[in-house]
Amino acid sequence: MRYSGFRVIKEALTGHTGWRPAWRDAAPRSQYDIVIIGGGGHGLATAHYLAKEFGQARIAVLEKGWIGGGNVGRNTTIIRSNYLLDGNEPFYEFSLKLWEGLEQDLNYNAMVSQRGILNLIHSDGQRDAFTRRGNAMILNGADADMLSVAEIKKRYPFLNTGDARFPIKGGLAQHRGGTVRHDAVAWGYARSADSRGVDIIQNCEVTGFRIEGGVCKGVETTRGYIAASKVGCAVAGNSSRLMSLANMRLPIESHVLQAFVSEGLKPILPGVITFGAGHFYCSQSDKGGLVFGGDIDGYNSYAQRGNLPVVEDVCEGAMAIFPMLGRARLLRMWGGIMDMSMDGSPIIDRTHIEGLYFNGGWCYGGFKATPASGFAFAHLLATDTPHPTATAYRFDRFRTGRMIDEKGMGNQPNLH
Amino acid sequence: MIIDHPLLGPRDSSEFTYMGDAALIDRPDPEAEDAAQAFYEYAYLRDNPAGWHRELWFHEAGDRSWLVVTRNTLTHEISNVELARDVARSRGRSA
Amino acid sequence: MRMKTAAQKNRLQGGQIDRETELTFTFDGKRYRGHGGDTLASALLANGVRLMGRSFKYHRPRGPVSAGSEEPNALVELRSGDRQEPNTRATTAELFDGLQARSQNRLGSLSFDLLAVNDRLSNFLTAGFYYKTFMWPKAFWEKLYEPVIRRAAGLGSLSLREDPDVYDKGFLHCDLLVIGAGPAGLMAALTAARSGVDVILADEDFRMGGRLNAETLTIDAAPAADWAARTVAELADLPNVRLMPRTTVIGAFDHGIYGAVERVSDHLAAPQPDKPRQILWRIYTRRTVLAAGAIERPIAFQNNDRPGIMTASALRTYANRYGVAVDRRAMIFTNNDDGHRTAADLQAKGIKVIVADVRPETPRALDYEVLAGAQVTDTMGRLGLTFVKLQLADGSERMVECGALGVSGGWNPNVHMTCHHRGRPQWNERLAAFVPDSRPGGLPEGMTVAGAANGDFSTAAALEGGARAARAVLDLRGALPEIPKAEDRPVRLQPFWQVKGAGRAWIDQQNDVTVKDVTLSHQEGFRSVEHLKRYTTLGMATDQGKTANIGGLAIMAELAGKSIPEVGTTIFRPPYTPVAIGVLGGRHRGQQFHPKRLTPSHAWAQEQGAVFVEVGNWLRAQWFPRTGETTWRESVDREVLATRGSVGVCDVTTLGKVDVQGADAAEFLNRIYCNGFAKLPVGKTRYGLMLREDGIAMDDGTAARLAEDHFVVTTTTANALSVYRHMEFVRQCLVPDMDVQLISTTEAWAQFAVAGPKARRVLEKIVDQDISNDAFPFMACANVTVCGGLRARLFRISFSGELAYEIAVPTAYGDALIRRIMAAGAEFGITPYGTEALGVMRIEKGHAAGNELNGTTTALNLGMARMVSTKKDSIGAVLSRREGLNDPGGLRQVGIRPADRADQIPAGAHLMAATGPVDAAHDQGYVSSACYSPTLGHHIALAFLKNGANRLGETLRVVSPLTGVELAVEVCSPHFVDPEGDRLRA
Repeated sequence: MRYSGFRVIKEALTGHTGWRPAWRDAAPRSQYDIVIIGGGGHGLATAHYLAKEFGQARIAVLEKGWIGGGNVGRNTTIIRSNYLLDGNEPFYEFSLKLWEGLEQDLNYNAMVSQRGILNLIHSDGQRDAFTRRGNAMILNGADADMLSVAEIKKRYPFLNTGDARFPIKGGLAQHRGGTVRHDAVAWGYARSADSRGVDIIQNCEVTGFRIEGGVCKGVETTRGYIAASKVGCAVAGNSSRLMSLANMRLPIESHVLQAFVSEGLKPILPGVITFGAGHFYCSQSDKGGLVFGGDIDGYNSYAQRGNLPVVEDVCEGAMAIFPMLGRARLLRMWGGIMDMSMDGSPIIDRTHIEGLYFNGGWCYGGFKATPASGFAFAHLLATDTPHPTATAYRFDRFRTGRMIDEKGMGNQPNLH
Repeated sequence: MIIDHPLLGPRDSSEFTYMGDAALIDRPDPEAEDAAQAFYEYAYLRDNPAGWHRELWFHEAGDRSWLVVTRNTLTHEISNVELARDVARSRGRSA
Repeated sequence: MRMKTAAQKNRLQGGQIDRETELTFTFDGKRYRGHGGDTLASALLANGVRLMGRSFKYHRPRGPVSAGSEEPNALVELRSGDRQEPNTRATTAELFDGLQARSQNRLGSLSFDLLAVNDRLSNFLTAGFYYKTFMWPKAFWEKLYEPVIRRAAGLGSLSLREDPDVYDKGFLHCDLLVIGAGPAGLMAALTAARSGVDVILADEDFRMGGRLNAETLTIDAAPAADWAARTVAELADLPNVRLMPRTTVIGAFDHGIYGAVERVSDHLAAPQPDKPRQILWRIYTRRTVLAAGAIERPIAFQNNDRPGIMTASALRTYANRYGVAVDRRAMIFTNNDDGHRTAADLQAKGIKVIVADVRPETPRALDYEVLAGAQVTDTMGRLGLTFVKLQLADGSERMVECGALGVSGGWNPNVHMTCHHRGRPQWNERLAAFVPDSRPGGLPEGMTVAGAANGDFSTAAALEGGARAARAVLDLRGALPEIPKAEDRPVRLQPFWQVKGAGRAWIDQQNDVTVKDVTLSHQEGFRSVEHLKRYTTLGMATDQGKTANIGGLAIMAELAGKSIPEVGTTIFRPPYTPVAIGVLGGRHRGQQFHPKRLTPSHAWAQEQGAVFVEVGNWLRAQWFPRTGETTWRESVDREVLATRGSVGVCDVTTLGKVDVQGADAAEFLNRIYCNGFAKLPVGKTRYGLMLREDGIAMDDGTAARLAEDHFVVTTTTANALSVYRHMEFVRQCLVPDMDVQLISTTEAWAQFAVAGPKARRVLEKIVDQDISNDAFPFMACANVTVCGGLRARLFRISFSGELAYEIAVPTAYGDALIRRIMAAGAEFGITPYGTEALGVMRIEKGHAAGNELNGTTTALNLGMARMVSTKKDSIGAVLSRREGLNDPGGLRQVGIRPADRADQIPAGAHLMAATGPVDAAHDQGYVSSACYSPTLGHHIALAFLKNGANRLGETLRVVSPLTGVELAVEVCSPHFVDPEGDRLRA
């Protein structure tokens, strides 16, 4: 069923009786060519691109709960490609370009809103680093813009530029960055994949891999054994748990990242803004809620909830740059489990087990990567070669010393 | 969270800095033949369990002890707190 | 002058308001009167005002649904000017004299909202309609559709001015935290308090007593509210009890830590001087009794959202507690006996009541009409309820004229906080409600639930439950305290969620989620509770579905042919009610955002008129402008030239300092530095490079051997903390038996760099011993005395490349020392220099600093590969040998200078071949640090260049498309000044 304004009007006039489920609630078949484990953004996007771009059929997405219930449904919805390193920037720029065409590709309005992202600068060293990054972005075909304090004040007149402990000295903007309605991404990919014959199987948890002679033959699930020529894992924060079933240890720790939303407010923030001298970033959703966050809690956790010190730290950051937010109210806090990798960058690679592929280590950058991650993983699964923008995301980079460390924090995941 | 420091009693976790898996105590022998592989695994691979996890916390705003905290990553429950130095010795580290 | 206000036409007798105190207030500019003890909602209702807001999507006229914090509809902008507070619940806002409130989310006036046109379009604006449209043409989403939607969306507005109020944070500790001061909470607190333990009793209301204040019940044959007041008074007299009214416990965090917000001043026009508006308390408690009560739930029927329609218990609260009739004619629509309690109370207050009870068998009523088996099928009244349409048991219809309709669909235990550790409440068939999961592990550790929150809905059960909970949770012995006598009526209810066939029956009133939306959600496959919520926005409004969620679940269950527990529950997340961001930020605002660390010479530098810069939490002198200098460059150039020409002084206290002592100190340093330290003689200093275990450069600095068993290690300012932490990790976790002790002494010693050809001449006048080049050569160090006996440390080390010393004295003498140095140097024209000149001189000298030690560079990148000893074990040595870190063509630190010496090289620019394409594929490296070198008279820079060591003399291009720069540069040695090091050895 094609969605359109016309269709909405027609249904409105005929009692909305024509709408069909956005995706079938499929039951598992005994065998597939490709099984994707994880019905989150990345898994569903992988299925979509496998079917649409790589002509693959007989694909299943296995989700232990309900699709879109993990990090794609609990993030702060930001998209951007403001990365520094060669291993990253082309990939994230590819992702941003896919975002730009997403709605037409999916026939689903995920509300891609390129309202811009602005990283505030508070020191000369930071300015040097952001200049280097902005240049790297432009050299990779992305957009970047160095803004003066006056230009920033024009967009954010209520920023604290007077009495700030860490004065704002400028900002690096990416005008093509912005936000996307996160749940709609999962649903849009699911609907599109489903319409191309992908089986989306919910409430189907993988309990083991069947590996014979170093070859993965299929997966054991709570709904029975499913044979597959290729198995792709895209389960984010649960990566270590899942891959331990294949006796793999990963360069990943799972950490909780909290996020917050305020009560609905009339528009105040035109774009996404990040504080450079503390842990706070914020945007305003189309509904009017301020969506904001800060640093991870910093300890290994699968609990999907955090603690008060980080809540306070984030709100201190908020008040530092936006002292007019004092009387806005925080409505809800939640936590997602981040697959924090050892260098802060992801892995999209084959494993040492033939037929078993891995996608993970997204840290807290997974949402913006969703389209490119799906595309690159589909490319790998379909062709057994890495997508040109994802060649650096190899498992063996830690062994060989080719880390992709944007922040320069080394092998301590909670610092990335 | 509250960490029951073996010397100082219960302290708020915000006094501490977290590092990660207490397996970081088990630094491999740099002279060993497989040192390159052993150090790669030591520095980069983690069990990352959903459940009980022995991990290193540094009492940065306190007595500067490194502690080994046994904590459940699903519930955040803490079952044991030891001085990392004692743990290191018990695992054969000396000088 | 007193403006005229109308009489409070709906004010009844009785209640717990203070009739002696008359308060005036305005709503949408109109003036009204109320009383002390009123909320804004109760006072408006007393004045006959039911319309208080507009809904989010359809802009439907709305009045309060509740009399508490679960309110979805009656949200107003409270106060004005800088203190404007959007989305404030009129139902909890305490009335004060002069209160100003305005309605929000309207275009035009509250009674004539132009955006109410959305209501006409509701058939098009169903759940998720926006996912299906606005996609063509592509550009129009952001240019047209979204801006229109954004302008219409949102609820209230902020003032956009700085919040003028102060917020505090504090810690509290107790043995028992009781959340909620209704019958269960009061009995729990009383039981615990009498046993002598420390108790905190917190309640969000300004009057403790919970529902006892809103009922006509009796306890021990006296009005229940009197018992509550007496009990509160007894608790207030006990030294081990802290009563916290106006305090909302917002969340249960790990290990018995609760967050709570005390609204210290929200009931006043403005906080009293020196008082905060609110306080965030972190309550550390051993045990918790949650006695948060229950919330009455509505029933979905056609047009169930008109002003005047609310929960039956809200009508009862307004009548009993506030002495307010929402209207003199009321209907009750109920599926349970409690609805009849409301009817009886209203009738007793002289309000004419008719009850429609969906059950065929209803309790007998003496003095009001009961329509058994009747259902409300529709309502009328554009801006407030005027008529209720009923379908009677026999199928006939009846219209009832009334302005108030109380709806009772049963009660939901307030399980919110039991779920904060991701516990899932359990379905109770008898109550047709979710109750807390009291199985082991089901509740946050240390929590017990009592009273209505636990599903014990009668007063007697709540009183006893509270006492028992406190006893159990504290493991108290002995008999239960005497439980006062109170009603113990059973719950009699027939589950009933919606009147069938209703078109637009609201479930989530604020977000305008109707039964139709839930139906559509089901039809389109969004059937799990999380999908339902996200697709329809059910439960995502400012009340977080406190009244709405259960109705949505029930209807989804009916559609799916499942039971409610099979459909599941959404997760309650903190905070319990929305919390001002200001109170979570506390005092950490403006200059108080982070503590300031001041150097020992700060006061002196201020006297000199220094310009300061934030370096982490430190404030350092950036440069020292002199009269006549108009640009920072003039000052910095002068400082550099004066230092290189004669002598300069700079406060370098901020560099990290770690004292390393013990018999194994040298061996310890051998482990943490990649270069050797074992053989460093006493009295010598050595440059050291520290690697992380992954082989990347971590930090650099010097280690000075003051004695066989005593070193002083310096770190960069930025890494002072992390290097110390790392050293302690190595010491405690890797080499626990080494005889070595560490202590950070960064704050203990004031340290100054004295640099320049005349540095020795200056220090000779201060240091009490011979510091001639022979006696104290380059890289010497010693414990010395200065100024005739003050203990000090002297290091002959140089960051500037000049003959230089760093001299340290105990911090208390730092101010005195800088003044002595300045006095001693006066004859040489000694010049204080700041961080800018420091930076210029280190770039001229080619020293790496933060921009080069950026966490991704190796010793090889930095041109220091030979420092990594292969003869010993040190942290990072093994992994530094990985092939990826040893690419012969990899980045090397070089110097660059502009081919045209007039050009300026920007830091952060990238390096490209002299000709050819400019893109990422042709990237050759980047400029890490750049400055104008007054010594050389042109700009210079440090850069990382691929294969850089072999490319000295090449011409390249520096490009910065971000800032519009492209210019030719020459590759050169990074050591621009005195590459042989003659000066520093002079």
